[in-house]
Amino acid sequence: MSIEAPVETRQAGIAPPVTIDLPSAAHGSVSRARSSRTLHRVLRTAGPIALLGLWQLICSVGLVDAGLLPSPWRVADTIRELTTDGTLLPAIGVSLRRAGVGLLFGAAIGITLGLVAGLSRIGEEALDSSLQMLRTIPFIALVPLFVVWFGIGEEAKYALITAACIFPAYLNTYAGVRGVDPKLIEAARVFKVSGLALAREVILPLAMPGILVGIRFSMGVSVLALVAAEQINTQSGIGVLVLDLNGTLRTDIIISGVVVYAFLGIVVDLVVRNLERLLLRWKASIV
Amino acid sequence: MTTGIATSETVDAPESRDRPAVRVSGGRRAFGDQIVLDDVDLSIAPGEFIALLGASGSGKTTLLRALAGLDRLDAGTVTVPRERSVVFQEPRLIPSRRVWRNVVLGLRGTGRERALEALTEVGLADHAQAWPRTLSGGEAQRVALARALVREPGLLLLDEPFAALDALTRLRMQELVAALCRRHNPAVLLVTHDVDEAIRLADRVLVLRSKRLDSGVVIDKERRAQTGDSYATDLRYHFLNLLGVRGPQPTDRSAHPSDPVQEAHT
Repeated sequence: MSIEAPVETRQAGIAPPVTIDLPSAAHGSVSRARSSRTLHRVLRTAGPIALLGLWQLICSVGLVDAGLLPSPWRVADTIRELTTDGTLLPAIGVSLRRAGVGLLFGAAIGITLGLVAGLSRIGEEALDSSLQMLRTIPFIALVPLFVVWFGIGEEAKYALITAACIFPAYLNTYAGVRGVDPKLIEAARVFKVSGLALAREVILPLAMPGILVGIRFSMGVSVLALVAAEQINTQSGIGVLVLDLNGTLRTDIIISGVVVYAFLGIVVDLVVRNLERLLLRWKASIV
Repeated sequence: MTTGIATSETVDAPESRDRPAVRVSGGRRAFGDQIVLDDVDLSIAPGEFIALLGASGSGKTTLLRALAGLDRLDAGTVTVPRERSVVFQEPRLIPSRRVWRNVVLGLRGTGRERALEALTEVGLADHAQAWPRTLSGGEAQRVALARALVREPGLLLLDEPFAALDALTRLRMQELVAALCRRHNPAVLLVTHDVDEAIRLADRVLVLRSKRLDSGVVIDKERRAQTGDSYATDLRYHFLNLLGVRGPQPTDRSAHPSDPVQEAHT
């Protein structure tokens, strides 16, 4: 191969804007992406529908006593009943508020601690070991303690959900910050981006996938902690339904409560997915 | 420094009368017991394009990082311009910022227009709104070049910026770098292990070996243009020799009465 230098072939003096034609990256065909997304959706919904079908089948054939396991149809009926007689919606409202407030505080505390520990050496040394230790405690073990500390009112419920939500948010935020490619940070430093600007403009956006994973886990945990919290002297909320406080052994009502819990979980997941789509457009652009 | 090849002529480095843009004297760096740089002297004139050759692990990148302010030297003095830019082997674009926002990274109050100008120079103005992940390797590296040049650096540091590119893209990228360096005229230090690349692009080629830096060889551009391949071939032979790669003598020396290698005077 001839390595004749091309430098001389160009004219000296003021060069025109240098534009070199390089093949640009193929931006994948849109319609193909869309059809694969549809397939994706079909597959995702097929599983739950098949499970429901199986459940209905077991009940229709009479494999189990309808008193022990009511059919999905029956449960749907009960949910409709509970909605029309005005018990379900207020209960959902109360439960959602508990989970939401607890999540808000827990995630805020967790993310803040995660950022502090991730961004500064001192913060890491001060926080990480204690938090790593505390996180191994199953939060359900705290229920009796929280009852003693906060009583049997709403405070104990908020406190429990908050405490449970801190750790997933903390762990994933911390990991997200630490997972930022040091080479990128180095490049930013070359261009005089440091300190707070570095944290805000480079590290925080790049840690965002981790932070969102943390929020997602915290949201899941908030529903979990809600269930545990609603076992404490509950007079309102979905817990009332599930705990069968009247002792009527209405399994259809209990299952209705469980379905609502599951539904809350799905809603929570949906919220985070959309949050991710909004905040991580730079990441989504590759698929 | 003795190279085994007679010095026929001494040529001053271009613009050596000016105050040098970069001056390193007595530079020394060790990692543990391993001494990487020892008593290194380097002077780069404003606008001069230096290529630094050396085998892997010879300390080229260590020297570049010291000039970039990313690493320190254990001893010696370093004088560099305030405005320095680096193009790394990888583009190192921030994936969460659109292309144009990557270009003006760290430049407060610098708007889109300035970024677009810089992107036009590298032929990527229409990618200003794109996310870095959608770019090809060559495109991303051109954005990195725009990001480096948009702040009009007094010193441009190129750390094997073509190494990860395919052969065709590499040739085009080299042309682009040569053209843009002539236009913006920063002092340039190109770290590479590609001898041909060094000969093509540089005003002066230095070789880092046994922890030290020689004074370098000034590339006679006119002669390279006139005699073409044979001059470049002789130079390549000379540098490969210095780097410990012993190939056959490329040309009959009697056909070339004057030696291709002219050592720089520092």
